[in-house]
Amino acid sequence: MSLGIVMLVHTAFGRAEQVARHWSRAGCPVVIHVDRSVAPRVYRAFVESLSDLPDVHFSRRHRCQWGTWGLVAASQDAAELLLDRYPGVRHVYLASGACLPLRPVDELIAYLDARPQTDFIESATTADVPWTVGGLDRERFTLFFPFSWRGNRYLFDRFVEVQRRLGLARRIPRGIVPHMGSQWWCLTRKTLEAILHAPDRRRFDRYFRRVWIPDESYFQTLARLHSEHIESRSLTLSKFDFQGKPHIFYDDHLQLLRRSDCFVARKIWPHADRLYDAFLNHPEGAANRQEPNPGKIDRIFAKAVDRRTRGRAGLYMQSRYPNQGWENGVTAGKYSVFCGFSDLFREFEDWLARATGAQVHGHLYAPERAEFAGGQRIVNGALSDTAGLRDANPKAFLTNLVWNTRGERQCFQHGPRDAQAINWHITRDPNAQISVITGAWAVPLFKSDESFAVLRREAAALQKIERRMLDELHSPEAKARIRIWSMAEFIEAPMEPLQVLIDEIGQASGRRLAEAPVMEDLTGFGQFLQNLKNQGMHPYLMGDFPVEPAPRDARPRARKPYIVNQ
Amino acid sequence: MGAWQSYRLRLQRRRWRLRAFRKRRELKPVANRTDAIRASDLLVFCTQRNEGVRLPYFLKYYRDMGVNHFLFVDNDSTDGSLDYLARQPDVSVWSTRASYKRARFGMDWINWLLRQHGHGHWTLTVDPDEFFLYPFCDTRPLRALTDWLDASSIKSFSAMLLDMYPKGRIDAQPYEAGQDPLQIASWFDAGNYTTRRNRRFGNLWIQGGPRARMFFADQPERAPALNKIPLVKWDRRYAFVSSTHMLLPRGLNLVYDEWGGEKASGLLLHTKFLDTFGTKAEEELQRRQHYAGSKEYLAYAEGIRENPDLWCRFSETYINWRQLEILGLMSKGNWA
Repeated sequence: MSLGIVMLVHTAFGRAEQVARHWSRAGCPVVIHVDRSVAPRVYRAFVESLSDLPDVHFSRRHRCQWGTWGLVAASQDAAELLLDRYPGVRHVYLASGACLPLRPVDELIAYLDARPQTDFIESATTADVPWTVGGLDRERFTLFFPFSWRGNRYLFDRFVEVQRRLGLARRIPRGIVPHMGSQWWCLTRKTLEAILHAPDRRRFDRYFRRVWIPDESYFQTLARLHSEHIESRSLTLSKFDFQGKPHIFYDDHLQLLRRSDCFVARKIWPHADRLYDAFLNHPEGAANRQEPNPGKIDRIFAKAVDRRTRGRAGLYMQSRYPNQGWENGVTAGKYSVFCGFSDLFREFEDWLARATGAQVHGHLYAPERAEFAGGQRIVNGALSDTAGLRDANPKAFLTNLVWNTRGERQCFQHGPRDAQAINWHITRDPNAQISVITGAWAVPLFKSDESFAVLRREAAALQKIERRMLDELHSPEAKARIRIWSMAEFIEAPMEPLQVLIDEIGQASGRRLAEAPVMEDLTGFGQFLQNLKNQGMHPYLMGDFPVEPAPRDARPRARKPYIVNQ
Repeated sequence: MGAWQSYRLRLQRRRWRLRAFRKRRELKPVANRTDAIRASDLLVFCTQRNEGVRLPYFLKYYRDMGVNHFLFVDNDSTDGSLDYLARQPDVSVWSTRASYKRARFGMDWINWLLRQHGHGHWTLTVDPDEFFLYPFCDTRPLRALTDWLDASSIKSFSAMLLDMYPKGRIDAQPYEAGQDPLQIASWFDAGNYTTRRNRRFGNLWIQGGPRARMFFADQPERAPALNKIPLVKWDRRYAFVSSTHMLLPRGLNLVYDEWGGEKASGLLLHTKFLDTFGTKAEEELQRRQHYAGSKEYLAYAEGIRENPDLWCRFSETYINWRQLEILGLMSKGNWA
């Protein structure tokens, strides 16, 4: 038989037995290494359970702590035993107890028979691998690691630091270039014997004994010395997550594994009864003997890692609560904030909704309640308009709204009469488009019938609040798309900036503004401002309005608006 | 976090553990089958009072999930539920007539049982109206999750409380023993939850849902907390501080990622709002045995009289865990 199996086992012996029998049934000799930490009673029972198979052997036991030399020593001994006992073996496949053959063993044998000289071992130089966890790639080979990474992370890290600072380094033995890769390989007898019987093996062993995670580098490095034809990939499908621990396969991965056309997969959950039953008792031959194609599985696991490390932008929930600056998107989508527009224009919201097709709310942070579009009391996600709930956490209110309406652009009005606590959050949110007509809050005052003393007081208060908001918008940390016009500046040519804003919202792309919003009649506004001044208040945010004549042409003529883009 | 703060939390933890130790006398074993618990068993811990009608489905739900043993504290039930529990082969039950409130809403009793029987086990601490949901729960048993948590060196698993409610009056459809309560209470609020961080204990404080919306609109800070950490690989040094909202040592409360990523999390589907709720609310109000002077129940009782329909146009119908994952209420994290 041309294929022999080395199995490293430390747990789930029932499953290991099943798999060993499976290999053996196909005629492959199996050498099993059992971790020395396993209790003698358990070990004996396991040996006993396989005693009816003449071609299953057990090799000398080593203690196999993760990331230590024991795993390499175990592989060496088991491989030696296998090669000595079975001169017919041409390829040795290193597997673990949690590996599961997915395709009939015959197909694997045929695949290897067609490539008798090829060593399948993932092997890349340290400079080229992105997957090292903890940033130790080259340093694995040049530092000392007397402390266990799993058992005593603190000392491990401190000792690495100390060595870096002191510039300590081990010398890499002459003649080798460190390579790394998956620890699950399939090597030819020729290469393995060359590694195991090399005259300087003791020298290499002594060196690798102190390397960190030698099972990912010993054979990977030495195979480069002796092999004539290396295929740098593992025949075992094995995916690692962001902490460097293998992803586990469950029953619901059955179809995925079948379609992967891989020969062997790890790691299988020991209780995945359906997987073991399907692949050991009813293996399906690939109809047209395809090359292994783990692409789909790759994508699923890559997505899982991305979900764990980057998460979903704009989502705040029980297991994702990013620190400020780490949100990877303060909100889930783009939205627009308009300040002063609904004061200056009549029925601005309706007009904006018609012009953009976006969802246009009133003042979401109005003191009485959140003025949702269409006067709704409650919107997507059962978000309520109650001011109390909103003001208890203004940021969550906004992030919830944007999250709940993903895919639909939100616009809302804002101003100095509204709750201001949200300002800073929208200012530093790159998803926000904030447009401000400063001083427009004076228009409703101008239209109001209140006594002038009251108006004067209110104007002073509103101006102060808006001033503070503008200061925030001018902060160097502002990330929003911010545009600010004084009112006087804006009414000079209102259509131009409006067209730009609408285009940027971009929902009804390329559409020209067919109608202009109706501006409030500002006749007498200049005099109103002058009256405020005469009362000792200094309205300045709206820009310069001459007392007489009244701002010309309050209502833009029905001329064609500027078209900025085609 | 300074050494002083950390020392004070340590003292506090000791205080809760001592309290649990003192309160142990209040528990009388009625059926103690804890000898049957094996080293790797998954355990459920639960306090109940007059929940007889809910228990059959509750036990079935968690048995199907792969829970091996249930440990109940029965607080003076009068509906025969104590006998019912004592007859179950996989249930150990203790009874007490002592004050629920003075046992810190049952937490002292549970802390004691956890300390006695939970050490080294994955333990799930839930109420009879809470149904635990985790990623892939329709295809993988609970043990798949706990094995994965073990392999990832994770000791505690978050599951936010998701209030489920029926459409129409809460008392419109009668609930019968053994029935899946989600057939009646099948609606929930998808996106009105607010989160804050509790700096002292390191846990998140989540509020919202239909209760905040309907009963606590004017006093949102009083709305019930929804953050829960029900699944813990227990160690006898641990202690729940306030319900299952937070634990000590505080590292166990760090069930969320702070750097933009998502950790895996589940949900507790909370089926409190069945036809049994009205009587329950009145009764609890009489007993005054609930949190914060039963303010919560007071608000309910009032709310219930005014408008018993929690449903709104934007309520979502429950389909499965994948739906809840997409809505962002729970996460697969890096479990795939």
